[in-house]
Amino acid sequence: MGLKILTEHINVPGIETLEVYRKHGGYKSVEKAIKTMSPEEVVEEVKTSGLRGRGGAGFPTGMKWSFLAKPEGVPRYLVCNADESEPGTFKDRWFMEKNPHALIEGMITSSYALGANTSYIYIRGELLFVLRILEKAIAEAYAAGLLGKNILGSGYDLDLHVAPGGGAYICGEETALLESLEGKRGNPRNKPPFPAVKGLFQSPTVVNNVETIASVPWIVNNTGAEYAKIGIGRSTGTKLISASGNINNPGVYEIELGVPVEEFIYSDQYCGGIWKGKQLKAVVPGGSSVPILPANLILKTATGEDRLMSYESLSDGGFVSGSMLGSGAFIVFDEDQCIVRNTWNYARFYHHESCGQCSPCREGTGWMEKVLHRIEYGHGHQQDIDLLVSVSKQIEGNTICPLGDAAAWPVASAIRHFRHEFEWHINNPKEATAPGAVYRGQLDAVTA
Amino acid sequence: MAETINEVKFSDEAMAEIQRYISHYPEGRQKSAILPILHIAQAEFGGWVSPEVMDKVAEILNIQSIEVYEVATFYTMFNLKPVGKHVLEVCRTGPCCLRGADQMIDMIKQKLNIEEGETTADGMFTLKPVECLASCGTGPMLQVRELFYENIDSEEKLDQFLEMMRNKEHETPVWKK
Ligand SMILES: Cc1cc2nc3c(=O)[nH]c(=O)nc-3n(C[C@H](O)[C@H](O)[C@H](O)COP(=O)(O)O)c2cc1C
Ligand code: SF4
Ligand code: FES
Repeated sequence: MGLKILTEHINVPGIETLEVYRKHGGYKSVEKAIKTMSPEEVVEEVKTSGLRGRGGAGFPTGMKWSFLAKPEGVPRYLVCNADESEPGTFKDRWFMEKNPHALIEGMITSSYALGANTSYIYIRGELLFVLRILEKAIAEAYAAGLLGKNILGSGYDLDLHVAPGGGAYICGEETALLESLEGKRGNPRNKPPFPAVKGLFQSPTVVNNVETIASVPWIVNNTGAEYAKIGIGRSTGTKLISASGNINNPGVYEIELGVPVEEFIYSDQYCGGIWKGKQLKAVVPGGSSVPILPANLILKTATGEDRLMSYESLSDGGFVSGSMLGSGAFIVFDEDQCIVRNTWNYARFYHHESCGQCSPCREGTGWMEKVLHRIEYGHGHQQDIDLLVSVSKQIEGNTICPLGDAAAWPVASAIRHFRHEFEWHINNPKEATAPGAVYRGQLDAVTA
Repeated sequence: MAETINEVKFSDEAMAEIQRYISHYPEGRQKSAILPILHIAQAEFGGWVSPEVMDKVAEILNIQSIEVYEVATFYTMFNLKPVGKHVLEVCRTGPCCLRGADQMIDMIKQKLNIEEGETTADGMFTLKPVECLASCGTGPMLQVRELFYENIDSEEKLDQFLEMMRNKEHETPVWKK
C-alpha cells in the first residue's frame, strides 16, 4: 500500500464531523500556519513541495500563488474549483462528500497564505447534496472559532462560503467560473488580465482545484521538502485517480505518482484488471479532453519504456504517441467498445457544452459531432476522416479558452490511433451498424 | 380559457435561505446569489422556473428581469417549461456508456413510452438526458432532484427504481427542515 496523504482517514466512521476529524489530527495545519508561520513562509513550503495543480493543467501551485497581485487596500480571494464536470472525473465529489473538513482545513490554511479574508468553494449545481455536507461542516468550523473573526485568537479573519453552479461544464474553466460566481452566464474571459491580477469582483484571485487545496495541510504539517520526496521527478506527491470504464474495481484511488500503468490497471489494489476476463483495447488516462491511447501505447511508451502514472511519463511522445495525466480520470475500454461511437459521444458533449463565444469552437464542435454521427450511423464518406482532422486543426489554438482544444484532441487522437476502425465503419456500413458490432481488425501501427 | 396567474410568493423559510445566500457576497454584488436562488425557486415551484418566477427573482435581487432570463437559459439545470413530478436526469456521457448507459436510456424510453425531453401522460416522469454527473465509477446512473441513483445496470434494477419513484414524494428542502 502506498502512502496516503489525502485519504488516510477517509473511511473512519464520523470523519465528516469536526470532533472525529480533529481527533485524527484535523486542523493542525491551521494552528501551525497561523500561529507559527508568516503567509510568505506557507507559500514557500508549497513552492518547495513541487505540488502541481490537480484540476488538469498541472501548473505549479506555489508559483501560481506567488503571482497573486497584492495592491494596497484591495481584497484578495481564494476560489476553490469544485466544478468537477470533466467526463471521467469523480474524485473531488467523492472526497468532499466523505471528508468535507479536509477541504475546509485546506481552504483556511491556503487563504491565510494568500491573505484572503473571504473565500468561496464553487461547486457544480448537480452536487447540491455535497454543498449541504460542506455547509454543515463549515458551520461547525465557525462554531469552533476556526472560521470567522479572529481565528484561534490570531487576529486573522476568514469567511468561507459555498456557491453552486447550474449545470455547465464550461464553468470549470477558471474565468468562466468567476463569471458564474458573479451571477452571470459562464462565458470565459479574455486573458490578460489574468485572475491573479483581476479575478473575482475585479480583485486579485487564485483559483485552485479541490485536491490541490486539500494537499496543502499535509505540506504545512510535514514541510514541502518531505512532500517533494514522494512521487517521481517533477511529479511530486500523491494523486487521486478516478478509475472508470470496463474494469473490475471502478473507484477513486490515491496513488503515489510514478506507479506503473500496468500495475494500476491489473493489480487488485487498484482497478483489478479488465472486467469479464476481456482484453484491454484503449485508455483515456486524464479525462475526456486528453488524447486516447491504444493498449500497447498506454502500457509502454513508443520507445519501449514502461508507462508510469506521472505527468511526464503519460505525456511522453507528445500527442503522436502520448497523452496527459490531466485531472487523473482514467477511463478504460475493453475489446468490445467502439471507438467511433465513443468519439461521437465526446464530440456531442463538447458541442453541447461550448459556450458559443468563438466561432471555431461553436461551429467546429457542431461539425465534428455531425460528421461523427453520420459515420457511426452508417452514412459516412471516405473524405469525412480528413474533414474531421481538418476541423480539429482549425479549432485547436484558435479560441478564447482551452475548451476548443479539449474538443479537438479526442477526435484527432482517435483518428490517429484508430483510423482503420473509422474506415471500417465507412466501408462496411451495414456490418458496422448491426447491433453490438465492433471492429475487430488490425490496429494501426504506431510510429514514434 | 381564463387563466389566473397566481402571485409568486416564496415561503418564509425559502426567503430566509435566499437572504442567507445574498449575505455571502460583498455590498452591491447581490446578483452573485442568482444561481442558488434559482435552485431554491425551482424546488419551491414544482421543478421549473416560469417567467413569473424569474421576474420575482429579479425583484428580490433588484436587477432587470432580462439578467435573470439570460442566466437561467444558459444553465441546463433550470427547466424553463413545466416538467413531470420526477425529472430523470440520466447521464449519457462516455464513461457511463461504457457500462451500459445507452441501453438504460433506451429501456426508459420504451418502458415509459416517451422520448428525450418528454413527460409521461400521467405527469409522473420527464426524461432529461444530461452530461457526466461526476459519478462515472458507479454508472449507469441518474439524478432526481438532489439525489443520485447509481449502478442501475440491469432491467430488474431499472424496474425497481421506477417502481420506487412512483411511490416517492420529494424530500423536504433543507431550508424547511
Ligand atoms: C473547459 C475546462 C473545464 C475545466 N474544468 C475544471 C474542473 O471541473 N475542475 C478543476 O479543478 N479545473 C477545471 N479546469 C481547469 C481550471 O481552468 C483551472 O486551471 C484549475 O481550476 C486551476 O486549479 P489547479 O491549478 O489547482 O489545478 C477546466 C478547464 C477548462 C478549460
Ligand atoms: S473555446 Fe468554446 S467554450 Fe471556450 S470561450 Fe470559445 S466558444 Fe466558449
Ligand atoms: S459519465 Fe456518467 S457520471 Fe460521468
